[in-house]
Amino acid sequence: MKAVSRIWTGLIGLALVSPLGLLASGDAWGEWGREFFQKALGFIPEGLGRLSDVWNAPLPDYTLPGIGEVPGYIISAIVGIGLVAAFTWLMGKALSGNSTSSKN
Amino acid sequence: MHIPDGYFSPQTCAVLYAACIPFWITAAQKLKKKLNTKMVPLLSLFSAFSFVVMMFNIPVPGGTTAHAIGSVLMAVLLGPWAAVMGVSAALLIQALFFGDGGILSFGANAFNMAVVMPFTGYYVWRMLNKAGNPSPVRQALYAAIAGYVGINAAALLAGIELGIQPLLFHSPDGTPLYCPYGLSHAIPAMMFAHLTVGGLAEGFVTGGVLLFLKRLMPEIMVDLKAEAAA
Repeated sequence: MKAVSRIWTGLIGLALVSPLGLLASGDAWGEWGREFFQKALGFIPEGLGRLSDVWNAPLPDYTLPGIGEVPGYIISAIVGIGLVAAFTWLMGKALSGNSTSSKN
Repeated sequence: MHIPDGYFSPQTCAVLYAACIPFWITAAQKLKKKLNTKMVPLLSLFSAFSFVVMMFNIPVPGGTTAHAIGSVLMAVLLGPWAAVMGVSAALLIQALFFGDGGILSFGANAFNMAVVMPFTGYYVWRMLNKAGNPSPVRQALYAAIAGYVGINAAALLAGIELGIQPLLFHSPDGTPLYCPYGLSHAIPAMMFAHLTVGGLAEGFVTGGVLLFLKRLMPEIMVDLKAEAAA
């Protein structure tokens, strides 16, 4: 499938121009950090404040510690493409493992 | 539309995780039947595309942003069940590694963008294609419409989920505990962003990529057709 490898190359190309996505300033509606509510409402809803940091992502908002916003975004895009590919591949593997064990 | 943790009550999160489970199980069973075909590499490819296309934020008038998702494209090319798996995978990686969308709210985000969106888009696409064998350009147009409708269905649902929070979950004095904006605020905000910028972006991506593949990579369309039909 030559076409497939060409599309993979195209995805890396998209990753390289992904910082275009940084030109749009501001957050999507309903995706603000909790500080937003302190400014907008004068308080942070109690449950929202409590649950908002239940998980700390290693590359928050597609940034890398100590690396500029633009290269960090590109690296995040490439890492993300790799992780999604790896995850779907593993999913396929796991499902095929299931089918052999259920046949035995 | 990647709702972070804290906007939804734990109850809302639990209900929407539960809503996803039958779809994930069925999608896994369907995928299992196709492991000997080209489905897995194609699913990887379009899941990765979905991941990266979501990084292209576009400004929405009023200071917010929106982006395409690629969910309806996957549904049109590989079938809606493949899209359930593929978009869920992209959303999971975004939540776990990049903090884009919450962990508790992953079920909600997956239900909106990886279940409702691809199925809505897919049925719109099927309905439009009912009459005969449309030309590639017409098919691309149909795909674009399907993408537009699909993302707006997801946005409406997200708006409802956010908007019911202050109604259902507040302290005795009425102070909201989670998302503080009600239906009259959340639905118009989500719909404005997606009836305009988000919908056009999704339409452009869905129709544009379909036309691109049909025109320039007819060989991959053969594989895709086999997978979507099987």
